[in-house]
Amino acid sequence: MLGKIFNSRVHLILTVAWLLAAIYMIFIYAPNEANQGEVYRIIYVHVSSGWTAFLAYFLVFLGSVGYLVNRSPQADDLAHAAGEVGFVFVSCVLVTGPLWAKPIWGIWWTWDARLTLTFILWLLFVSYLLLRSFVADSPRAALLSAVVGIIGFVDVPIDFMAIRWWRTQHPQPVILGGPDSGLPPKMLITLLFTWGAFLLLFFWFLRLRLELLRMKREVSGLRRELAIEA
Amino acid sequence: MMRSLSLIGTLFAKDVRIEWRQRETVASVCVFGLLVVLIFHFGFQPAGEESPRVLPGLLWIAFAFSGILSFNRSFEAERENACLEGLYLAPVDPGLIYLAKLLVNLLFLGIAESVIVLATAVWYNFSFLPSFKWFVLIVFLGTFGYAAVGATFAAVSANTRMREVMLPVLQFPVVFPLFIASVEATRSALSGNISPEMMSWIKLLAGFAVIFTVLSYLLFEYVMGE
Repeated sequence: MLGKIFNSRVHLILTVAWLLAAIYMIFIYAPNEANQGEVYRIIYVHVSSGWTAFLAYFLVFLGSVGYLVNRSPQADDLAHAAGEVGFVFVSCVLVTGPLWAKPIWGIWWTWDARLTLTFILWLLFVSYLLLRSFVADSPRAALLSAVVGIIGFVDVPIDFMAIRWWRTQHPQPVILGGPDSGLPPKMLITLLFTWGAFLLLFFWFLRLRLELLRMKREVSGLRRELAIEA
Repeated sequence: MMRSLSLIGTLFAKDVRIEWRQRETVASVCVFGLLVVLIFHFGFQPAGEESPRVLPGLLWIAFAFSGILSFNRSFEAERENACLEGLYLAPVDPGLIYLAKLLVNLLFLGIAESVIVLATAVWYNFSFLPSFKWFVLIVFLGTFGYAAVGATFAAVSANTRMREVMLPVLQFPVVFPLFIASVEATRSALSGNISPEMMSWIKLLAGFAVIFTVLSYLLFEYVMGE
């Protein structure tokens, strides 16, 4: 289904090449930042992971809706795989963020709007994956996960609004403006380029996971057939 | 429409009648709420003048944890004698079962919340009367939204291996905006500060309640199974 657009070897080579090019861009092409020195370069990874994580959750939503609409196992697989891979990316955001924050802001963490929202997204991924591991049989697991995926996704814009209002009412100690409050062109290009690499990487992992899920399903189907014949 | 209402009424009455005979759920939810208030007090030991700052958070923490007990019990009770399956097989629109559970939880939580608020008023020497109207509205809307999500996720977690543990894990990430709004609105109301911000929070609470009730109503048939 997904990713029959180009074959997997091409995908892998393109991903590796793009990532290598991105590394060059991040370290050589992108200019130095006036106040932060070299440390700031982590934002290219940090922001790219963040955008990818939100995309992943959207895919969880799409897969969940798709499953409820026509009970297609591929839709369920998409939701499952996107949940797992997306979890890795959102964890990456939460790790790279504090690594950057400590030298720059002097603190590991703050409860501002963006960080709080990202942490809640992480929790949404965690709860989705925990549910998947704790439900017994497959059709029930898919149904329940689909419901949870949809409710969680509908919740994201509400979270965004609520947290933003909350934070504007409780202003934080002054922190340097966010990383993309007006990026110079070279930095913007580097960021978008890196995001492209991360997207390819995300879809590569997604592809692998989908293939595994498909094979698992085939194996259980075969097992069932053998059991019936025996 | 009338038939739907009477079906909801029947299901509601069933649960209330069961509870009336044993009074387990309401009693344990009330006691648990009081314990949370107590632990909070020993943990933070807020001085008298700090009460207005601390009370909104304290109340909603107590409501949140009591709610979990209530939601878990509402579906646990159905596990005996395959009542859950019986409910699913009944020729009733699944959404109506959900609405009945929602109302039952709203009732039980409401009772527990009244007890908790009364105890807090006594222990912290704080009068809720000046802001009573707004306070009741905020607590009602917040509890409604919370029960809307809780009833659904309780049904979901009743189907998993980890049951009671799954419920808070699933529902807290989703209800965070509700708690933010509830605490902020309560803080405004209790300090007598009836501002446009408080109105925005109340609107968020109402919106949350509506959105998640409708969404859960539509999705409940999938929670119930094939």
